[in-house]
Amino acid sequence: MEIFLDYLWVFLIGGTVCAIGELLIITTNITSARILVTFVLVGVFLEAIDVFDYISDFAKAGINVPIVGFGASLAKGAIGAVKTHGFLGIFTGGLTATAGGIAAAIGFAFIFSLIFRSHTKN
Amino acid sequence: MEDVKRNEAYNRYIKEKIPKTKAWPTLFNSFWVGGLICVLGQGINDILLLIFPYLSQQSAWACTLIILIFLASFLTGIGVYDQIGKFAGGGSIVPITGFSNSITSPSVEFKSEGIIYGICVKMFTIAGPVIVFGVVSSMLVGLIYWIIGLFI
Amino acid sequence: MVREKEQTIILKKQPRIIGSYSIVGPKEGKGNFGRYFDYVMKDDSFGENTFEKAERKMLESAITGVIEKAKLSTKDINLMIAGDLLNQIISSSYAARMYPFPFLGVYGACSTMAESIAVASVLIDGGYFDNVVCCTGSHFSTAERQYRFPLELGNQRPPTSQWTITGAGSCILSLKGEGPRVTMVTFGKVIDWGVSDVNNMGAAMAPAVRDTLLRHFAATKTKPDDYDLILTGDLGKLGSEILIDLMDDEGVTLGANYGDCGQMYFKRQQKTLCGGSGAGCCATIFNSYIMQKLREKQYKKILFLPTGALLSTTSTQQGDTIPSVCHAIVIEA
Repeated sequence: MEIFLDYLWVFLIGGTVCAIGELLIITTNITSARILVTFVLVGVFLEAIDVFDYISDFAKAGINVPIVGFGASLAKGAIGAVKTHGFLGIFTGGLTATAGGIAAAIGFAFIFSLIFRSHTKN
Repeated sequence: MEDVKRNEAYNRYIKEKIPKTKAWPTLFNSFWVGGLICVLGQGINDILLLIFPYLSQQSAWACTLIILIFLASFLTGIGVYDQIGKFAGGGSIVPITGFSNSITSPSVEFKSEGIIYGICVKMFTIAGPVIVFGVVSSMLVGLIYWIIGLFI
Repeated sequence: MVREKEQTIILKKQPRIIGSYSIVGPKEGKGNFGRYFDYVMKDDSFGENTFEKAERKMLESAITGVIEKAKLSTKDINLMIAGDLLNQIISSSYAARMYPFPFLGVYGACSTMAESIAVASVLIDGGYFDNVVCCTGSHFSTAERQYRFPLELGNQRPPTSQWTITGAGSCILSLKGEGPRVTMVTFGKVIDWGVSDVNNMGAAMAPAVRDTLLRHFAATKTKPDDYDLILTGDLGKLGSEILIDLMDDEGVTLGANYGDCGQMYFKRQQKTLCGGSGAGCCATIFNSYIMQKLREKQYKKILFLPTGALLSTTSTQQGDTIPSVCHAIVIEA
């Protein structure tokens, strides 16, 4: 039962975050690149004010899978690295924490673009 | 001056004329598709922790995101993701899968211009700003924490 | 004869459109005019490995097709006037290397079909050429990646957006032979009423139609009822409603004889929002359905007004507004 509730939370929160994105698209007509940028910045901000972890505790994937989570890990990496490495951490922290995601996105994009061709829309 | 006035009036008139989209159906679609993608992520995460109990939560998230990125990249390659996007809008843009789609789609599209100038150069046409803004803002946060650290 | 004030040319020799040909993509083939097109491609890539090459091949087959259909050979053609939507109109220029006649490239965005016919009829009327081929085309996939986003990107199209037509249309103008006559030409002025939304081209282009229509009516002392059909290019659903309102303000009523190619192009269930657009939109309808009705004398006199939005991705990114143009030609059966 508990696991079901967990997943319900994930679904509801994740869905709401996405619906907010869609609402932004409908009301302001902004492009998907701007949507992504906005949500990354929201994530960075939430982590910077140390709120993200509290949300993440009960929202789990609901907040980590949306790109907000990507922004939060960037900020979290930077903050953590500053604490352990000092000034150098400002530069190394963010990308170190998100290296997996960025490398995966680049790597898979490269491989799949070699394999597949673009399809026309219907 | 008259032109400016006429143009303003015309733009106002158009604004009224534009058909209002029925927001609720698309909002609902992006809600449940986005929710489902998050549930999928949670499922992958939980299964990973079941199989590899020694994984830290942070590494499990990293693996989860990589798997989601892989799936989205693949679906983009076979031309399915844009159809999901057409239906779900924000529901498939906001999750990390949307980020993956925004990197894979231009590289598949511009393959015809070659590997260097097509795939590699165009890869970041949409996702570039995301990485730039993310990195710069995280550096700013790091800097603020470093300065605060100096005084504590 | 040019009437100075209104820039309308009344042609003396009245060149005839002796042949027309149209080729479209599969989605267009399923639209409202599917059965009128000469050739419907089985897939958008037309057997080529890039969409740009497919567009080029489409133009080539339109040109070759119309020459064959008019029972002429390439030797009989004196000039080709063509244009398309790609940067530096490469589809037309590259298609032109196939042929032994001179090439004149024109660009009027989606108004290119009327522009090429207008230029051709003036040149023929002046007595300089006998047979001139006009050709215009566009391709959804090439236009989409040049003007908007990659095809695979999962985004939604705004409700005012239109669908770029995959298709090419061509015709041959000549003084000899049978066919509808081009009798009047009104070249368009570039009009900009400050619309900057690239997803709402219809609104940007409607003022250009208004200007050309008003000048045309004034110069020729005609009114909307004098035409069996007044056909705009690709204003789309929203744009043509705007045009009707704009003309209403000027005291001109566009009634049942008014139509828009973009709005008519697709069936409702094809989900193209505000309809079709692109240089191929009016080119394919004009060179199939409209020409057939003119030959059958169901239409006796039509006013054809394709519109073009003269923007580029650079001007859009710099926040510029969208200037538009509309050329009018009158065709009589």
